Amino acid sequence: MADPIHQFEIKKIAVLGHIGPYEIALTNSAVFMIAAVVTIVGFILLATSGRSLVPGRLQSLAEITYDFVADTVRSTAGKEGMKFFPFVFSIFTFVLVLNMFGMIPGFFTVTSHIVITGALALLVILVVIIYGLYKNGFKFFKLFWPSGVPMFVMPMIVLIEILSFLSRPLSLSVRLFANMLAGHITIKVFASFIGLLATSLGVAGWALGILPFGMLIALTALDLLVAFLQAYVFAVLTCLYLNDAIHPGH
Amino acid sequence: MATNTHTEHPGGKAPFPPFQGETFPSQIFWLTICFVALYVLLSRVALPRLGGVIAERNAKIEGDLEAANRLRNDSEAAQAAYEKSLADARTKAQTLASESQAKAASEAEAQRKELEAGLKAKLDAAEAQIAKTKSAAMTNVRTIAVDTAGVIVERLTGKAPAPQAVERAVDAALH
Repeated sequence: MADPIHQFEIKKIAVLGHIGPYEIALTNSAVFMIAAVVTIVGFILLATSGRSLVPGRLQSLAEITYDFVADTVRSTAGKEGMKFFPFVFSIFTFVLVLNMFGMIPGFFTVTSHIVITGALALLVILVVIIYGLYKNGFKFFKLFWPSGVPMFVMPMIVLIEILSFLSRPLSLSVRLFANMLAGHITIKVFASFIGLLATSLGVAGWALGILPFGMLIALTALDLLVAFLQAYVFAVLTCLYLNDAIHPGH
Repeated sequence: MATNTHTEHPGGKAPFPPFQGETFPSQIFWLTICFVALYVLLSRVALPRLGGVIAERNAKIEGDLEAANRLRNDSEAAQAAYEKSLADARTKAQTLASESQAKAASEAEAQRKELEAGLKAKLDAAEAQIAKTKSAAMTNVRTIAVDTAGVIVERLTGKAPAPQAVERAVDAALH
């Protein structure tokens, strides 16, 4: 009952078929991803249904999100980066809503799975590489060739630059995955302390349960912050990497 | 814990869920569908709509500001024109006033001169009259003085003086 790992289990709801040797099933993870898409699109459509000049609460919230992401893209990737605004907005809202869903008790946290965060990170890096090559051609490789470095250290610098580029998808995916996973495990562990105290110490345990309960509240607040922050970090790093594709060469 | 659903691992404990490879294809499958759907819906429908609302408001605000600016410029121009016409009117009034003042002054001057000329003529006439009267009076005085002097000398000396001598003496005394 108190297994803190249990919450991350993928549960099959229905097996849909097979692609090659792989089984494709509708899972709890899939349900929450679909719910996130419906929530995001539905929220914006609902918020803009009034199209009012003086926005209401919902429309204000949608506009604040829009301006927030637009400012982030513009400040990190420049004006040319605005062509990736829908992409960054999709990533930011998708990760944010999935993280926030995870904060609701009983809900599944899609972003606590490395395969999801890894796929998103790979998508970002692929977009960067493909757009970088398409836009700049061979000049894109100037990314690994910083100017103003003496020739005799150049091989080492190039090696470091390539390694750092390759580590980007790794760090991008592991950061989000690990944060979500660790946060939820910690919450679960502290929550199970309360039950443990109550069952082992009786009334005194219930009273002592105040301590982990207070901790639980603080952790929940921290995890709410982390859930938002990690979505933002993911979006900002996406913008930064896109900036490399748009303006290669430091 | 050993009673976990993933019984393919007879070692007891199931592997850590995020590392269960058999769930990966389903997750990637749904992630692809969901993210593509999200991207298409956002970039084609939702974001243009939301951006449109924001752009519309910005355009409205800019338009209103522009209209306000134009109206302010108009009112400033109108005020300047009003002030200019006011200044013109004032200058005109001043010119008119100074002209009429000059005219009135010259008229008054002419009248004064005429009056002065008339007064002077009267004064001259009066002075001539006075001079005439004075000389007539002086003549009378001389006759009386001569007569009186003759009588006084006769009384004092008992002898009538020569009239020419008396006349000479009176003339000398009078002049």
